[in-house]
Amino acid sequence: MKKKLTFAAALLAASVLGGMANAKQLVYCSEASPAGFDPSPWSGGNDFDASSRTIYSRLVEFEHGKTTITPGLAESWTVSDDGLEYTFKLRPGVKFQTTDYFTPTRDLNADDVIFSFERQWKKESPWYSYLEGTGWEYFTGMGFPDLLKEIVKVDDLTVKFVLNKPEVAFLPDLGMDFASIVSKEYADQLDKAGTRQQFTQKPIGTGPFQFVDYQVDAVVRYAAWDGYFGGRQKIDDLIFAITTDPAVRAQKLKAGECDIMSYPAPADIAGLQADPNLKVDEQEGLNIGYMAYNTTQPPFDKVEVRKALNMAVNKQAILDAVYQGAGQAAINPIPPTMWSYNKDIKDDPYDPDAAKKMLADAGVTDLSMKIWAMPVSRPYNPNAQRVAELIQADYAKIGVKAEIVSYEWTEYRERGKAKERDGAFQLGWTGDNGDPDNFLFLLGCDAIGQSNYAIWCNQEFEGLLQKGKATTDVAERTKIYEEAQVVFKREAPWLTIAHSKVFMPMNKKVSGFVMDPLGIHRFDGVDVTE
Amino acid sequence: MLRYLLHKLALIIPTVFGISLAAFAFVRLLPGDPILALAGERGVSPERYAELIERFGYNRPYVIQYLEYIGRVLTGDFGISLATKRPVLGEFQALFPATLELATIALIIAVLIGIPAGIFAAVKRGSWFDQATMGVALTGYSMPIFWWGLLLIIFFSGYLGWTPVSGRIGLQYFFKPTTGFMLIDSLISGKSGAFRSAASHLVLPAIVLATIPLAVIARQTRSAMLEVLGEDYVRTARAKGLAPRRVIGLHAFRNALIPVVTTIGLQVGTLMAGAILTETIFSWPGIGKWMIDAIAKRDYVVVQSGLLIIALIVMAVNLIVDVLYAVINPRIRVQ
Repeated sequence: MKKKLTFAAALLAASVLGGMANAKQLVYCSEASPAGFDPSPWSGGNDFDASSRTIYSRLVEFEHGKTTITPGLAESWTVSDDGLEYTFKLRPGVKFQTTDYFTPTRDLNADDVIFSFERQWKKESPWYSYLEGTGWEYFTGMGFPDLLKEIVKVDDLTVKFVLNKPEVAFLPDLGMDFASIVSKEYADQLDKAGTRQQFTQKPIGTGPFQFVDYQVDAVVRYAAWDGYFGGRQKIDDLIFAITTDPAVRAQKLKAGECDIMSYPAPADIAGLQADPNLKVDEQEGLNIGYMAYNTTQPPFDKVEVRKALNMAVNKQAILDAVYQGAGQAAINPIPPTMWSYNKDIKDDPYDPDAAKKMLADAGVTDLSMKIWAMPVSRPYNPNAQRVAELIQADYAKIGVKAEIVSYEWTEYRERGKAKERDGAFQLGWTGDNGDPDNFLFLLGCDAIGQSNYAIWCNQEFEGLLQKGKATTDVAERTKIYEEAQVVFKREAPWLTIAHSKVFMPMNKKVSGFVMDPLGIHRFDGVDVTE
Repeated sequence: MLRYLLHKLALIIPTVFGISLAAFAFVRLLPGDPILALAGERGVSPERYAELIERFGYNRPYVIQYLEYIGRVLTGDFGISLATKRPVLGEFQALFPATLELATIALIIAVLIGIPAGIFAAVKRGSWFDQATMGVALTGYSMPIFWWGLLLIIFFSGYLGWTPVSGRIGLQYFFKPTTGFMLIDSLISGKSGAFRSAASHLVLPAIVLATIPLAVIARQTRSAMLEVLGEDYVRTARAKGLAPRRVIGLHAFRNALIPVVTTIGLQVGTLMAGAILTETIFSWPGIGKWMIDAIAKRDYVVVQSGLLIIALIVMAVNLIVDVLYAVINPRIRVQ
């Protein structure tokens, strides 16, 4: 068997190296170089596209194009009544990839699952620090070190996660990239050889594609994995052509040098749509761009002042000028595509006269404030400087003087967290796992000093947030979160600016590509007509 | 000669330390924080931040950090990239051939076009050719590289379809690099069409990178030639009835060459700087793009070591040029 597999790997490598004449190839113009191919230590979307979504699989997966959870490497699971024990039944016969650098001798089992999590969790594991300075940021950021009590191997194909407290978003969390399942057998092989670093340079997973080669900063090559439990892919070769400039990516797509590209510049979209060889898919992004008031500093500690400032802003002008039609006005702190979105809530009307009166009634005259503008472009806010200028002009109409400030990106976020921060702070969020809590936690009392830039701790909202986290029934959670959105809108800690659209331009010969609400680029199920 | 060489080497040692200090300080003077940059928008808790800053040693006094850094460099250890966790020297070695290949071709273009253009402009001083050449040279010198590169891509790759948009070789050609120089590797690979593909990918980035050095060389050649053409010995040569081609080629040009060669040597630095933007536009996997990414990520280790390695290479080139001068002109050694 081993010989057969080695022969198969050699054949595959030879066919790829030789450039199979009839191989079906898909070229994806990606936006950045992957830091590595281990899916867990890094946090960039481009890192995940190049590793977790191509090479690896997880216990549960997000349904293609949706945020609902479907079976992955686990074919079924049960949750104990107290919500503290999740028992997963693994799919039998799942093969790890066979390459010229690794030939597995066994199928996936519970040891692989336990290893995948413990290496990010247990500091005594030699794999915890196999990369210098690895922070396992997603694992810790999602609160897993505090959440997990133990992971138990019930039998080879059954694994039980025991939690310290109930966590309703635990299943969606396991669908995230950092929770990808890696091969313990491969790790052991590298351990013996003293070449642990290779784990992230020459990856092995159970996903639809296997790694072939990476030319630093230039090209990543994959081949369809014949033994993929979900069935072999229709394309033979998947190539990531790393092209950092969006205008150049657009030119490459037009010239036929790539078949599909990520993140087009807003200015290029019309030209791409007009090209007869191309099509441009679009989707509402699972994101929000907002401006957070510092609710602890007067006069922004008064609800009526925050409401008045919200009513002074012409959101439509921002959508036209900055989002160029690729966005919609945000009303709630979660996007409309998210379950539990409260459709009954109405936005604060654009009414400068009423806003001026409200400010006067609140005793606020000659208000001077700062508007913070991010120094970078983000999908949820392509040009924060321009947004700030438009808001500044709107504020001037109600007699509020605003000064625009900006800092280097990491400095910006750090200064924004300061409790004594002056003024309103622009930022945004893109969802990780499709759970409303993954957005609403940004306004939780615990998030002050981290992601709660409004420095807003409202007991009614916080109570609902905690209740939502401890409730498993989806209908009941929906009601809780709908109510939380009512509280949010009433209290107005943010000016909700916009939810942006995401575009995916591709050649018309590409079929089967499904845009993902979580911003993931997945190529399983994609085909190319020659 | 040995004394001269030792003198030059003695000057290099403090320069290396100066540059290592400047590179070390530069990256720390930039606003931003490497740990926060690594953590991304999700951020990092204060406890985790404290743990990581301790592990990397960025909370220690700068003097200690610098001494440790320079100590490691002296043993050949340039550190591990914060972002990719790969050794800096390994990344540099993988990427440098791409930059060197691009810079070499760009320099060849700049010399082959710049020198003849400068000579003709000087010989035909005041003519339409002179004015046009110098006008184009001035435009080339002042052109923003990013804009110029994009313009060429849109016209030659997008509109005419003559050249590929970006990359080093067509994606259908896949072979393991032997030398890292794509023109050579494509020839060694034996794959038909590979060399042609590699060469066609080089055309636009090399033109863009050559633009400024070409302008500088053309202008320098013209002014050096004008100076020499006014000399008595040139007039004498002409009076003797020598053919104009012989006067210009043998008597004038050879004497005008010294400042031109100096200018060409100085263009190595310009090419390195220009490579940063050119590589970014053309997705050229070289050290320019690598440094830009490292600065954006506040990857202290890559920035400080990368700058130092580049500076070492530029200094080595300058040393070779100095030695060549001394070989050509013994008076330099004495001075």
